[in-house]
Amino acid sequence: MSVKVVYFARLREAIGQSEEQVTLPEGVETTGQLKEWLMARGEPWASALSGKRVLVAVDQEHAGYDASVKDATEIAFFPPVTGG
Amino acid sequence: MSGSAKSHACKIEISVQEADFDLGALSNQWTDGDVENGAQVMFVGRVREFAQANQQSMTLEHYPGMTEKALRETADIAAERWRINKALIIHRIGELQPADQIVLVMVLSGHREDAFNAAWFIMDHLKTTAPFWKKESADGEGHWVDAKESDDNALTKWDNGSDS
Repeated sequence: MSVKVVYFARLREAIGQSEEQVTLPEGVETTGQLKEWLMARGEPWASALSGKRVLVAVDQEHAGYDASVKDATEIAFFPPVTGG
Repeated sequence: MSGSAKSHACKIEISVQEADFDLGALSNQWTDGDVENGAQVMFVGRVREFAQANQQSMTLEHYPGMTEKALRETADIAAERWRINKALIIHRIGELQPADQIVLVMVLSGHREDAFNAAWFIMDHLKTTAPFWKKESADGEGHWVDAKESDDNALTKWDNGSDS
């Protein structure tokens, strides 16, 4: 299964791209597992997604790291928001 | 919230835009012929003077699609919680200078308490849930503004039902 992964703000710059199409490997069923898998690919994901708090959204809704990525079309990772 | 005593139609409009907005024109437009709503609260957030003297501008990035959804959800929650009839949220993106308007929340209600509370809640909620990010630029170098813990804390005051 393929999913679009998008990055914003600090993460987008650290990773060097705003989005990528990813084929989910066996065993990646939650947003947390997806993040671990992206980081396991090495740099720049490893450092960009570690350390500071990283938020996640599934199909444009805020989600937790136990949320399912099954049937999702777009997963977003981004830093805490600073609007207003 | 069908069946709820608080459930009623609230006109909600959301706009994420680069363009500035005209408070007077919007106010006239939203209150024209409106004899029902005696309370109108308008909150405007503006860009503060930058902390560093060499700083030149601020750029706001957002998550198209999700931003509008998040703002509408915030307005929906406010409309379920308080007796409000109209809510308008405008949030600007792109490059802004000190004193520029960033955000507008306008709420119309028959009651001032509902209007004040709903507008205040919408701002607090927006600050922690709407996917906007600020980047400040100085001498060609940019740095991302960190989220404030105080913004998270501001939300907790709405959790204990003290508004009712």
